[in-house]
Amino acid sequence: MSGLAIAFWALAAVAVVTSLLVITSRNPVASVLYLVITFFCLAGLFVTLHSHFLAAIQVLVYAGAIMVLFLFVVMLLNLGTPQWFDVAGTPVKLAALVLGVGFVGALVAAGVGGFEPRASGPAAGVDPDVLGSTEAIASALYSAYYLPFLVTALLLLVAMVGAVVLARRER
Amino acid sequence: MSEIGVGHYITLSAVLFTIGAIGVLTRKNAIIVFMSIEIMLNAANLAFVTFATAIGDLGGMVMVLIVIAVAAAEAAVGLAIIVAMFRHRETVNVDAFSTMRG
Repeated sequence: MSGLAIAFWALAAVAVVTSLLVITSRNPVASVLYLVITFFCLAGLFVTLHSHFLAAIQVLVYAGAIMVLFLFVVMLLNLGTPQWFDVAGTPVKLAALVLGVGFVGALVAAGVGGFEPRASGPAAGVDPDVLGSTEAIASALYSAYYLPFLVTALLLLVAMVGAVVLARRER
Repeated sequence: MSEIGVGHYITLSAVLFTIGAIGVLTRKNAIIVFMSIEIMLNAANLAFVTFATAIGDLGGMVMVLIVIAVAAAEAAVGLAIIVAMFRHRETVNVDAFSTMRG
């Protein structure tokens, strides 16, 4: 097995196990911390795909900013203990499990595991390290995709104002 | 088995997405439901990056950046809603938030 394959299997296993722990752990603080590990594993998987810039953004924004926000709210609302209402009843759990296994089974049966896209993209055959570099993404972001980029900036502004208005204490 | 291809990454993405969906369906703590949604968004991001690398198109990578920005906005607004609801109801049980049910 090559180093890349070992890295993939290790990161994939840790990501799946920790994300299972996120949805099964009774303690919300433990869930948040497991989710941070999941995000680090996904950043590692981005590195194995030669997307170093996105891996850095994943760690900075997800594992850093968003998870701190989650942890802050869990602490603020004093939810660090298991909640009596938290987990749905056995019928819902069984239904969710059957649906989940059925969904993955259907995808695998449809042949997604052996899927290989034809290498006929606009830049097929380009060096993957060049493709995922900060420079390449930045030039795409500020030329071909400038409108979505601007709309994203507007969305963040609206979300910031909305969060302040929603969480403000009324007087 | 030793060669890791697009299929491996897409299968992993499907498994992670399903874990997130099961979390949304089975948990009643609004914060854990939000975390499950983040897992699903990340599974989608993994699929985007995989295909972008495979076909050599930067559109997928730009899409991941936009998804991350949307996730940040969604987390900020969603957690603000949870804080506001907690002030009114003293709980984060999603079953208690049924005011707008038709």
